[in-house]
Amino acid sequence: MTQALSIHNLTKVYKNGVTALHGIDLEVGQGDFFALLGPNGAGKSTTIGIISSLVNKTSGTVKIFGHDLDKELAAAKSCIGLVPQEFNFNQFEPLMDIMMNQAGYYGIPRRLAVERSELYLMQLGLWEKRLQVARDLSGGMKRRLMIARALVHEPRLLILDEPTAGVDIEIRQSMWAFLRELNAQGTTIILTTHYLEEAEQLCRNIAIIDNGRIVENTSMKSLLSRMDSHTLLLDLAHPLQHMPLLPGFSGRLLDDHTLEVVVSREASVSELFARLALQQIVVTSLRNKSNRLEELFIRLTGNREVAA
Amino acid sequence: MNVRAQWIAFNAILWKEILRFSRIWVQTILPPMITTLLYYVIFGKLIGKQIGEVSGFAYIDYIVPGLILMAVITNSYGNVVASFYSSKFQRSIEEMLVSPLPNYLIVLGFVGGGVARGIAVSIAVMTVTVLFTSIAFHSIWIVISVLLLTSVLFSLGGLINAIYAKSFDDITVVPTFVLTPLTYLGGVFYSVQMLPPFWQKLSLANPILYMVNAFRYGLLGVSDVNVGTAFAAIFLFIAALAWFALYLLGRGHGVRS
Ligand SMILES: Nc1ncnc2c1ncn2[C@@H]1O[C@H](COP(=O)(O)OP(=O)(O)O)[C@@H](O)[C@H]1O
Ligand SMILES: [Mg+2]
Repeated sequence: MTQALSIHNLTKVYKNGVTALHGIDLEVGQGDFFALLGPNGAGKSTTIGIISSLVNKTSGTVKIFGHDLDKELAAAKSCIGLVPQEFNFNQFEPLMDIMMNQAGYYGIPRRLAVERSELYLMQLGLWEKRLQVARDLSGGMKRRLMIARALVHEPRLLILDEPTAGVDIEIRQSMWAFLRELNAQGTTIILTTHYLEEAEQLCRNIAIIDNGRIVENTSMKSLLSRMDSHTLLLDLAHPLQHMPLLPGFSGRLLDDHTLEVVVSREASVSELFARLALQQIVVTSLRNKSNRLEELFIRLTGNREVAA
Repeated sequence: MNVRAQWIAFNAILWKEILRFSRIWVQTILPPMITTLLYYVIFGKLIGKQIGEVSGFAYIDYIVPGLILMAVITNSYGNVVASFYSSKFQRSIEEMLVSPLPNYLIVLGFVGGGVARGIAVSIAVMTVTVLFTSIAFHSIWIVISVLLLTSVLFSLGGLINAIYAKSFDDITVVPTFVLTPLTYLGGVFYSVQMLPPFWQKLSLANPILYMVNAFRYGLLGVSDVNVGTAFAAIFLFIAALAWFALYLLGRGHGVRS
């Protein structure tokens, strides 16, 4: 079966000389719910921009359901619904007009356009607001308006660039439920996020992008299974000169009073303390080094600057 | 997109544009009526009496065609430059860019909006005109075709200006420093035959002169230039600007990074 999205050796150098993508490859199967995870500035929006032809690529190929962007642009565009990161509708237009115009640009006849506009505004909880101008909506509602708008031509592939940024928890949950349902009905979904939690809740497959490179591309399950370890920071009562021998644990001495130890899934914290006791090392306090996402990034990228 | 889908898409842009300027008619249709009214009162009634006849017409009658065309030029240009730039500014232009809409339909849609504004304004201004003058159409077909072609030409100009514009200042520079002077020097208020030979020759390089005179011919039956030449010049400009606008959009200039 053709892939919903197939990217090969894609590069992007912006006019100011910034290389945002260093030749990435990406495959997303039909019906998948796919996450593109990465810190700010990693190149997520650039990738999405190129796929939806808002950004000119520098080199490489992009195919949407087999339609090459360079050869069958209109066919490729018809398959995609885009929910961009930044609001991009006319703030002074009523919601219904925004929906109808978008339908018009896809050549959808008026009657069908009205039907779908009403349907999706209703499904996204915007029915009451349909005659108001977009400016009057809250941030979460604006985000949902863009989802409704992206669905008006019933695309086979829905792409959402950081859809839950600035959306409160409650709305986030209902948005997730909506996307899950849409995916269950057959729409392929790609979302970018810098929250691992979001990807974990929703997605089956995941690619991690950092500094314009794909550093990991795997199933959510296998990624999570590799994350069942955590790093502890131990404050020591007495200074140490060398990293003590701790069979079964890896770690390092950060300074003479601080020990960093990775506790894997197979090992346990009490085992670690038993080992330390054997060497008469006294621990005054301990803390978790960071959250899982941060650890994951550090392991994959060596990059410590991870956005929260 | 098939032909039917393209027709739907074109209409979507066109009607969005028409709705936009109709909603704010106090800012779009009313001002040219008031300005023209003032011109008639001041230049026509008050000062015109002292000027006497130009090319065999009362001064107020002589300036009617130029005043109407001036309103059409500023308004069709202003409509497209403001609308396209604001859709760039608000990023709503992306709604069109992600859709399968071909570029030529984007051009046609916005130009269609500018032409609609030009026509609406010319009707409004002509309504004011009949209150002050009693001129008849010398050739209605020339009047209509010059009106349409002029608004097409300046809508394209406004579009190109908006494609290049990076700030709101950039959309006022051309109208203020190029369009207005060229219009005033394009024989709206005088016949170029009143100028010394050197300035007459120089005036012939001004494209607006041809439109004003062709339009004057349509209304009054007099012109400083050959009407055929005028039409040829207008068509040439339209072709060049249309090609250029399509070229810029094709490259994504100003709209794609
Ligand atoms: N229009 C642009 N011009 C120049 N550089 C850009 C532009 N957009 C993004 N960049 C740069 O490209 C890199 C990737 O940005 P982006 O794709 O927006 O990342 P993300 O969406 O993952 O936060 C960043 O270094 C950013 O500064
Ligand atoms: Mg981004």
